[in-house]
Amino acid sequence: MTLTALLIYKGILVLAVFAITLLVATYSTYAERKIAAFLQDRIGPDRAGPFGILQPLADAVKMFMKEEMIPSVSNKTLFILGPSIAMLTACLTGVVIPWGSSLTINGTVYPLQITDLNIGILYLFGVISLGVYGIMIGGWSSNNKYSLLGGIRASSQMISYEVAMGLAIIALVMTTGTLSMKEIAAQQHGWHWNAFIQPLGCLIFIICAFAETNRAPFDLPECETELVGGYHTEYSSMKLGFFLFAEYINMFISSAVISTFYFGGYNMPFIGRFVHDPNVLAILGVVFLFMKISFFIFFFMWVRWTLPRFRYDQLMRLGWQILIPLSILNIVITGFVMYFNGSLN
Amino acid sequence: MTTYLFYFLSFLAIMFALMVVLSKNPIHSVLYLVLTFFAIAGHYVLLNAQFLAAVHIIVYAGAIMVLFLFVIMLLNLNKDTEPHKSLWLKGSAAVASGSLLVILVGSLRGAEQIIASNPYSNSIGLIENLGQTLFKDFLLPFEVASILLLGAMVGAVMLGKKSIK
Repeated sequence: MTLTALLIYKGILVLAVFAITLLVATYSTYAERKIAAFLQDRIGPDRAGPFGILQPLADAVKMFMKEEMIPSVSNKTLFILGPSIAMLTACLTGVVIPWGSSLTINGTVYPLQITDLNIGILYLFGVISLGVYGIMIGGWSSNNKYSLLGGIRASSQMISYEVAMGLAIIALVMTTGTLSMKEIAAQQHGWHWNAFIQPLGCLIFIICAFAETNRAPFDLPECETELVGGYHTEYSSMKLGFFLFAEYINMFISSAVISTFYFGGYNMPFIGRFVHDPNVLAILGVVFLFMKISFFIFFFMWVRWTLPRFRYDQLMRLGWQILIPLSILNIVITGFVMYFNGSLN
Repeated sequence: MTTYLFYFLSFLAIMFALMVVLSKNPIHSVLYLVLTFFAIAGHYVLLNAQFLAAVHIIVYAGAIMVLFLFVIMLLNLNKDTEPHKSLWLKGSAAVASGSLLVILVGSLRGAEQIIASNPYSNSIGLIENLGQTLFKDFLLPFEVASILLLGAMVGAVMLGKKSIK
């Protein structure tokens, strides 16, 4: 591929990933309302379009039309910067996720991944660790006690769970032997899903993903019974929309990462027996990945509308006294098993 | 192309570093410091040290500066609460850090004439090579550094305990 063709192809891919991310996040809001309604034996939104399918559009119009309020005592630059950073870091992670294997058209290979970084996992982890800035800056610059408390809760929660998440990833890196997301996805061909090799690491990773996205039962930062609205108390209009939307994008990306790390990514067992054309297989792979992602998004919502919120001391105890020792234990067990079955050589 | 990028990143790093010192609000200082770290991570990428760049972002921008921000927000430091230093203290601080700058510049003088012991390769900063170097050539210093960090962690926990049984 020439450089120009490569740039055009990558540009199209970036735009496609961006558009799909926004679309999925938009319809996640609709799905959340419908699932909440289903779990609570209600009907849910049904006025905008058939089955309320246009509800996200109506919400977006409402968000844009609302009056823009910036508190006079707040720090204006940082107040606007907060939701922008939240949105930016949420959109950055889609770059390293392998959305499919690769298409071969006229002898040219088109990989369905924007870039295969040598250190893909570390990039992902770095962007996740930056995600806390949006909430902290937003919470502090509002100049409101509830916002500040929400921001501080969010940051301490995210720092605490990042440790356990990193340790769970280390055990995964030990068994896969690579930091590249593409290779991790390719290694899980057939039934070789990492969830069976690393069951404990998988569980820890999923719990930490809930905490990192601030979803229930870890939604302490926006706990409305104690903190009014948490870190976004003072926000209105589309800036509030950005904070809420960033949460849904994070949920989508977390689901994609969980599917890629532990549940085979774009691989589907036994499909190689029925389909032999590699291009059709690649496109089916994308479909399978999105099916897995949809399941995990549903799982996120299912948990949210089933479990009550943790108390703050319970949250900290779970993070530091249960998950971190468990993930260290997981690393030790992984090391022993790898040593004794000789896979280290 | 990379030369221009180098100058651009250096300009950003120096400008943000100056803003850290010059801005009145401690929160702004911390945020400018985060931006400085980003510019330095860009330098690492230019040197083909992707791993170092990623770890730099994770550790400094993602963890340490978040804790800084956390403490500053909790203490609610403002312009009014900042104690005013006397003039001679400011002067002596300027002299001390100025002489440190002179020493650093002096020690780097002539560094361009040093020939690297390994010829340059474009995979030098990749994680495989780094792992080989750390766990073969520099195993002892690496482990000693980890014990040092463990010691610091245990010390912090002991200091944080209210009563030692």
